This record gives sequence, structure tokens and C-alpha cells, in this order.
Amino acid sequence: MFGRLTWDAIPFNQPIPLITSLVVLMALAVTAIWITRNGWWGYLWNEYFTSTDHKKIGIMYVVLALLMLVRGFADAIMMRAQQSLAIGNSQGYLPPEHYNQIFSAHGTIMIFFMAMPIIIGFMNFVVPLQLGVRDVAFPTLNNVSFWLSASGALLINVSLFVGEFARTGWLAFPPLSEKAFSPGVGVDYYLVALQISGVGTTLTAVNFVTTILKIRAPGMSYLRMPVFCWTSLASSLLMLAAFPVLTATLAMLMLDRYLGFHFFTNDGGGNSMLYMNLIWVWGHPEVYILVLPAFGIYSEVVSTFSGKPLFGYRSMIFATLAICILSFTVWLHHFFTMGAGADVNAVFGIASMLIGIPTGVKIYNWLFTMYGGRVRFTVPMHYAIGFMFTFVIGGLTGILLAMPPVDFVVHNSLFLVAHFHQVIIGGVVFAVMAGYTYWFPKAFGFTLDERLGKAVFWCWFIGFHLAFMPLYVLGLWGATRRMQHIPDPTWAPYLDVAFVGAAIIGLGIVLTVVQLLYSIKTRDQRRDVTGDPWDGRTLEWLTLSPPPHYNFAVLPDVHGEEAYWTRKQTAIKQDQLIAEPNYQPIEMPLHSPTGVIVAFFASVCGFAIIWYIWWLAILGLVGAFAVFVWYAWRDEHEHVIPLEEVIANARERRRIRKEHLHNLSQSV
Amino acid sequence: MSTVNEAPAVGLTHHGSEDTGLGNRGPQSKSIVVPYGFWLFVLSDMVLFSALFATYASLVHATDGGPAGHQLFHRSLVAVETGALLASSFVCGLAVIAAKQKNMLWTQVLLFATGLLGFVFLAIEIYEFRSMIAEGAPPQRSAFLSSFFTLVGCHGAHVTAGLLWLGTMMAQIWTKGFQPHVGRRLLCFSIFWHALDIIWVAIFTIVYLIGTLP
Amino acid sequence: MFVDSLSGRVTGLVKTLGKVQRRMICAASASVFASGCAQRGILDPVGPVASAEKTILINSTAIMLAIIIPTMIATAAFAFWFRRGNTKAKYRPDWEYSGAIELVVWSIPALTIMLLGGIAWISSHDLDPGKPLKSSKPAIHVQVVSLDWKWLFIYPDQGIATVNQLVIPQGTPVSFDLTSATVWNSFFVPQMGSMIYTMPRMTTHLNLQADKPGAFQGLSAHFSGDGFPGMQFKVQSLPADQFAMWAQGERGQGGALDAKAYAELSKPSSYVKPITYGAVVPNLYEAIVAGRQPQNPVPPPLHNPPAPPAGV
Repeated sequence: MFGRLTWDAIPFNQPIPLITSLVVLMALAVTAIWITRNGWWGYLWNEYFTSTDHKKIGIMYVVLALLMLVRGFADAIMMRAQQSLAIGNSQGYLPPEHYNQIFSAHGTIMIFFMAMPIIIGFMNFVVPLQLGVRDVAFPTLNNVSFWLSASGALLINVSLFVGEFARTGWLAFPPLSEKAFSPGVGVDYYLVALQISGVGTTLTAVNFVTTILKIRAPGMSYLRMPVFCWTSLASSLLMLAAFPVLTATLAMLMLDRYLGFHFFTNDGGGNSMLYMNLIWVWGHPEVYILVLPAFGIYSEVVSTFSGKPLFGYRSMIFATLAICILSFTVWLHHFFTMGAGADVNAVFGIASMLIGIPTGVKIYNWLFTMYGGRVRFTVPMHYAIGFMFTFVIGGLTGILLAMPPVDFVVHNSLFLVAHFHQVIIGGVVFAVMAGYTYWFPKAFGFTLDERLGKAVFWCWFIGFHLAFMPLYVLGLWGATRRMQHIPDPTWAPYLDVAFVGAAIIGLGIVLTVVQLLYSIKTRDQRRDVTGDPWDGRTLEWLTLSPPPHYNFAVLPDVHGEEAYWTRKQTAIKQDQLIAEPNYQPIEMPLHSPTGVIVAFFASVCGFAIIWYIWWLAILGLVGAFAVFVWYAWRDEHEHVIPLEEVIANARERRRIRKEHLHNLSQSV
Repeated sequence: MSTVNEAPAVGLTHHGSEDTGLGNRGPQSKSIVVPYGFWLFVLSDMVLFSALFATYASLVHATDGGPAGHQLFHRSLVAVETGALLASSFVCGLAVIAAKQKNMLWTQVLLFATGLLGFVFLAIEIYEFRSMIAEGAPPQRSAFLSSFFTLVGCHGAHVTAGLLWLGTMMAQIWTKGFQPHVGRRLLCFSIFWHALDIIWVAIFTIVYLIGTLP
Repeated sequence: MFVDSLSGRVTGLVKTLGKVQRRMICAASASVFASGCAQRGILDPVGPVASAEKTILINSTAIMLAIIIPTMIATAAFAFWFRRGNTKAKYRPDWEYSGAIELVVWSIPALTIMLLGGIAWISSHDLDPGKPLKSSKPAIHVQVVSLDWKWLFIYPDQGIATVNQLVIPQGTPVSFDLTSATVWNSFFVPQMGSMIYTMPRMTTHLNLQADKPGAFQGLSAHFSGDGFPGMQFKVQSLPADQFAMWAQGERGQGGALDAKAYAELSKPSSYVKPITYGAVVPNLYEAIVAGRQPQNPVPPPLHNPPAPPAGV
């Protein structure tokens, strides 16, 4: 009746997961009660959960990611604590079967449910605004994609209370992840959660490639698109091309585990090397999926806060596309030590180094964007400059790892761990923090507190270096990754420094929450009245903050690169706005509960598959299909925003902008 | 392709300006955007099949002492199911033409024929799988068989999903008539159905033809 | 730069602490192989492979630092000089392209990568793990099997086998054939250089050499399950004649590694103390690779390894 689900699945006799589960459930209950008390369910349902508005969906992605950041960070600090304690005779406080779940969950959550959603969230919020259009190509599909990601995140978190998580690392290599060596439910949670959210990601890719290539404001040819849109395009193309490989590979592992197939097993002719190849064919493009939009954020931030256009725009685009293509040619560098031979290793090593060329060019282009500028050291600029220092070291260590004989002694070591955290934190996390601060006022109508923001930056910058610089040393000393117990006591001081670094990062995360709450409380002091708090250069700053549902009353005509900047400068010089355009009523897509309901059935089906509750799995599938059919039968797809509303909003915007630009023109 | 009366994608009422830079006239209409997005999805599906083809190629000789392709495949059966699938695609094309002409009777008849031929394909495939399992060549026997059943079975699963979609489309056309959004969906279905044909040609060649070479 | 010097001071302080701790632990250690308590890995190479790899590591780092340090200085300099408050700096609001600069910024990384790429090609071939080492002495053969969660070393020419203890002659090339009985692992002796994966039903090849005598740490560098942290092993490099004496002495002593003993060894265990077998059933390694020996029974899901021995 309930498959292999029994009461034993609940960790009554394991204090750490038990207490964590209780705390999380209490937090959820408190939040639910607070929302009910304030009567906010209706607002949340109509304005966010069922929204097809790219801005709202973007915000939901970011919220999901920040929640998962807390979970992923909790895993990290537990790992650091264990490695500081479990030295010599001590086994620490985490036996291997827990420690191994924790590091597997840390990696899985940080990549799939923190970094991916947050990058996709930014793409969602910003790209249609920067393209000067009203929404993405497929708004309801966009909502479905979000909820599928949330469904995956839910399943991962359920594994904490019911059953266990994978104990294989975040990529679940066979044969360890095969049934013979991982008979429990952990790997199944991992596989099912990733398959569900993987569908969401592939659909997001379809959405964004279509939007960027087919839906732009009039006059915005390819070479007039903002760089963030180019990098989002490159990232989406990578998602489209890479995620199906992940889907196929994980499906094959599922077939091995569920139906006794022999893709990667030790017997029956299975080949575990095949998994290594397939998973990294996905895995390497994945990190570029994350880092390319991050580079796009830096391009926006550096040019805005230097008061200059981005240096070498076409060169940046070429570099972006070069990285996009090259990222598919390097996957073997993740397993140089598999023994493929000198020729193969050398070719892939050189290919991996080649990616350093366009990346280096980008760094120089940002550098020369600052040259001749008027640099303002706002919080986003702190992150951009911090990135320029941090990321180049990460690149250095990356090229070292790309050298096969060097890799032979640091593969899978703490040196590797430090490298990838350096490029992900220095590259992606700093960009996300910069973008969060930069676009927050556009989303919510007020800026975040600057002082607390700088404190958060320094926590991340200092904390990161303290946490990971010692790991480079330890890696060179022979420390491998994923160790529940440390063999050499002389490594202890380094691990202690690393723990302190992690704690400082934790402080940074706490301060981020404090900053948010404080900024909300004092928001009237920092209202974004004009919609352009940073003297921006791209079209999202044309709107008020937050923009109306439909973004622009009339889609802007684009005449050249930096559409908004030239338009603004003209308006300042002439001390008047462009002529009032011809307003029309606007049709916008309807909200839809399709996403929420499909994700509900996906979660049910997923949970049932994990626990072998076959009747429930079939019910879940049938339910999901039924929702599609029901959705397909609707006759109303859009609602109309009446002309009066459009005109009223537009004229209010013009009034405010006229005043703002008039002030600017007086001060010039 | 777009006409002035065509519904623009996502509530866009601006009809373009004089100075349009290097050829961009603003957001494209739904009749362009929807099939374009669907083609991208089909491309991603082809990447999925590529991974399965790559796996098949790696594991084709990993028979673990068990039966190999040339001992199991029956070319005549495969020829019939290929014929059925190709005919199904042809008839689907005719159905789309009938739909453009808003001919309800022929649209439904041709869509039904599409489904029937697709069903014949599936029936033969299921028969083939069952007889292989009965002969002692189930997917659990060896890596080669695992990869064969998965590659061919994945295609079959897509055909099954396609038939479910087809049934839904037939019902929707019947109840709603030839409205623009229904027409777009039918176009997407036919893209999907033809794409499955393309993949089948690859499977037919790589798995069955090459697998039964003397 | 500020951060670099700070971390330099911290490292210096820590190194001092490290030395004190190291002495204390070495003094307390009751281990037979008392030297080499503090592991310094590739930075303290003991053989030609490791030395070459260390050299490449340091040289490549230096080459790249030569590019990166000026870049970081330029970043700090530009950000500082062109800060908004600096009225002396010339504001060029429309300057966004320079062909000369483009040429330079593409060339610098390209030339650097060409250089490093050349090093990568040559060194990948020179240091290919499967390539036999040049030596006047004939190589000794060791067959390595990673089990859950310990290392089995078979000496086919000497007719003995050991667990978690690899004894080799100093200054002599060692030719390894490696496999795994269960899941992937990675055979790694940091001070000797390159690691290589061990994979079930497959054989990988590795060639290493220790030119110095002494004890070195070995480990698995690929996560393999709950007993993974207990997969440490010791490598003992002895002068050639002492090695021969050792091998001769062990032969016929202790138990034989036959099918029964191997089945017993295959049971999941971790932090296993070194064992020596005085006899080995012929072609044991080949049988393991072919999968003919008893498979490792499935480890129980909540398998807890025993506590590690005192004084690692």
C-alpha cells in the first residue's frame, strides 16, 4: 500500500536530522500562521503564486534560492565544524553516514536549488525589461518552470524528515550510486528531484531563447541588445543543449536502480566510465550557465557605476559566444586521472585553457570600462571590484588544474574545492549580491541600506578568503575532499581558520536578512521616486519602480546601443521628453494556477516513485496530465488593461520623469 | 509571415517604427513565436536522443555473453513498423492541410488515421519487446540490451505521449473549432510527430540496419 | 594585496604552531614508521614524477602571476584614480573602444595560453601515468586492488601480498596495475606524485618511484562510501637490499591469500591495520578484474567504521 515507506523512515533516533526537521516545520508553521493572521494568502496567490508576470516569477525564484542558500550554508558550516573537530582520535560529531549526506546535499542544493534559481530569477526579472518588451514568449510556461524547480527543492528538503539523502556526492557517480552500493532511498530522492526541476530548466531555456531572439523592442537589433541579454541568451542556449544530457543520464541511472538495467553497473557489461563522460558533458556547460549571466551583471554594474559605456561591446559578445561554444569541448578535464592517455588528456587540457582567453578579455574590458570613468563605490561596485580580484585567482587555479600532470596531484583535493568555490563565489555569488542590490529598487520601489550592504560585502570577501585560502594549502599537502575525518593533526590550524571564514560568511548572510528587514522598515527614507536611482543606461530604468504589470505603456523605439542612455541624454539636453505617443489598451496574459497544480502532482508522483508507491505515482501522472488538458481548454487567455489606466500611469510617469530630467539638465 | 491582424505575442500593441535599426521591427507575432519555441524544444529532445544514441554506440558490443542485435532483430517486422510510422507522418501532413482549409470532417478523419498508424507502430514495437523478453533477452540481461530497450523505448514513449496529445487535439478541434490558438497547437503537434519520424529513421539505420549487417 | 600580506603573516604564524604540534604528535606516536608525521604532499616530493609535477605547478603559477598581479594592480589603480571624487582624472564618457587595446587584451591571454598549452602537451606525454620510468634498474610490479575500505597490494613476482601497507625499494621504478573490487577509488601517494583511478572490471596503469627512503602517506582520493576516511595506507621505501630481505622474509609467513581469505577480506571494514600474506593464490588479480572473485557483499546501510587507531 505504501511501498517501502514505513515509520522507520522518520529519523526518530537521529538527533541532528530530527531536531532540524522540527525546527524547519515550526518555522513553516509560524510563517503560515503569520500569513493567515495578516490575511495575505489571497494576495500571495493572486499576485505571486499564479502570476505569469516575469517580474513576480523572478522574485519568487530569488526567494526560493535565498531560502535554499540558508539550507546549503547550514550544511557547509556543519562540514567545516566536523573537519575542525574530527582530527586524530576524535571522530567529531557527525558519523560518516550523516557527513556523507550533508556534503552531498550541500553540493546538490547550492548548484541546483540556489545558484540556478537565482540566476534564472535575475534573467526573468531583467531581460524583458532590458529588451523593452512586456513579458517573455511563454508566460504561463514560465510560471510552470518555477513551480517545477520548487517541487524539486521540496523533495530534497523532505528527504531530511522522511528517509535519507544520497551519500554519493552531488553528482552521484556509479557504481557507488547503484542499487548494490546505495540501497536506500537517498539516491532516488536525488534523481527524482533533479529530473523534475530539470524539466523546468529546459522549459526556461526554450522560453528565454525564444524571447531574446524573437521578442524585442522595435529597433533593437542583436547588436543593440544589452550585454546582460546576450549573456542570458548564451546561458539559455547552454541550458537547452546541456540539460537534456543530464535528463538522459539520470534516467539511465534510474533505470539501473529501478528496473535492474545495466548501463553503469559492475556486472552485465555496464560501464561506469560512460556515466562520468555523460554527466560531465552536462556538468561543465552547467557552470558556464551560471557564470555567463553573472558576467552580464558585472557588465551592467561596471558600466553604470563608471558612468561610461561598456568597453569593447562587440568583443564582449564574441567572447561570450566563444565561451558558450568552448564550454562543450572541455568536459574530460574533470577526470584526467581516469587514464585516457596522454594525447586525449593533452587535447582536453589545452581546450580548457583556451576558455581562459575570452574570460581574460572580459576582465580587461571591464578594467578599461573603468578607465576614463567616474567610478562610484556603491555596494554593487564593491562586488564587481571584489570579483575582479577574486575571480582571476580562481582562473589561475583553474588553468593549473587544466594542466594534466598538475591535476594528477590535486584532483579531488581541497585545492580543487577551493578553486571551484573561488570561481563560483567570486564569480556567481558576488554577481548575484551585486545584482540583488542593483535591481532591488526596480522590483520594490526603494533601495537597500547602503552601510549594511557594505558590511555584508566585507563579510563575504573576508569570509571567503579565510574559508578557502587555507584549503589551497591543504590540497597541496595531500588533503582530499569529502573527508569525514582528518588524518594529519598539523592541518588543524588551517581548518580552524577555514571555519572562522565560514562563520564570517554566515554573519554576512545574517546581515543580509537584517539589511532587508531594516530597509523595509525604513523604506520611506530611500524611496526610488524616479525609477532611475543609479543613473542607469538600459531600458529597465525607463520605467517607474516597480514597473506596472505591462512594463511599458508603449514599447520604446530603440535607436542605437544603450537605448535608454542616449534617450535620456537627449531629453536632458533638450529639457523635454519625447512626444507623447499614441496609447492603446494593452492585452496581458491571464494568471494561471496551472504551475502550482502541476508541481503539486509532480511532487506527489516524485515522492511516490521514490518510495515505490506505484498506484500513487500513476495518480500523480494522471493528475498532471489532467491539469494540462484542463488548462488547454480555457477560452480566455488574456485580459485587457483599459486605456484609461494605461494613460493615467503613463502620464504620471512622464510627470515624474520630466521633473527629474529637468533637475538633471539644470545641474549639467 | 505575420499579418497586421495576427495576434502579437504577449500583449504587444506597438506596431513598429520607421527607424528599426538592422531589421528588427519589434516583437514577432504568435504564429512565429509559438512554433519557433516548439522547435527549440524539439531540438532539446534531439539532444536527449543523442545522449541515448551515444550510450547505445558505447554499449552495443557489451552483450555479457548474451544475445546480440543480429540474433534478435527481425528486419521484416521493422520494415512494417517503419512504413506505418512514415505513413502516419504523411497522413498527419494531410491533416494539417485539411485544418488550414477548416475542413472538420477530413481533419478528424486524417488525424484519426495518423493515430491509427501510430498505434500500429506501437503495437509492433510492443510485440517485438515482448518476444525479445520471452526469448531471454530482457533489458536486464546486458548493457547492450539495456541501451537498446531504452533508446527504442524512449522513442516509443514519445510516440505514446504523442498519441495522447493527438487524442486531446482531436477533441479540442471538435469542441472549439479552428481557432488560431488551436491551429498553432496542431502545428506544434505535427512538428513533434515529424520529428519523431526523423529520430526513427536514425534508430532504424543505426540500430536495426547496421545491427543486422552480415 | 593587503589580503595577500595578511594571509602571509597568518600562514607564517600557523607554520610555527604547526611545527610545535608536529613535534608533540611525533613524540607521542607509537607508530613503527615514526618519521613523516606532518604531510606536505606534492610540496615535499620524494621521486622523479612528483618533482617534475611540482616544478610544473610552480612554474605555471609564476607565469600566470606575472600576468595576474599587474592586472590586479591596474584594477586597484584605475578604480582609485578614476573615482568620482577625483577631479584630476579625465572623464571620457564616450570612450568605449580602442583597436590597439583590443589587440593587446586578446594577445596577452592568447600568448600565455599558447605557452602553457605547449607545456601541457609536452608534460602530459612525459608524465603519462602509464609510461614506464627511465631507469637502469628493472621495475618491480605491484598489483593494487581497492576494496571496501582498504587497499590490497599484491606482489606477483615476490609471491606475497599486503593490506594497507606498500613496501617498495628505494630508487627503483614501481609499475602498478590497478583495479577495484567494488566502487571507484583513486590510488594516491601525494609525495610520490600522480594518482590514478581504480575502477571495477578495468585495469589502470601507473608508474612511480621513490628516490628517498622513508614512510609516506597514501590515501584514496575518490569518495567511495561510508568507510572512505579509513582508507589511509602507509608507503615504506626501503633501500633495495632491505626490500629484498623484507620480501624474502615475509614469504611463507602468516596466512595465505586464497579464495577464503580474500572473501573474508572483502567484507566491509575500515581503518584496517596492516596485514601481510606470505602466499597468494596465482592470478588472483586477474580473477578480480574479470569479476570472478566473490563480489563485495552489500554493505549494511548504516555501517559505522570502528574508531581510528591512536596516534595516526
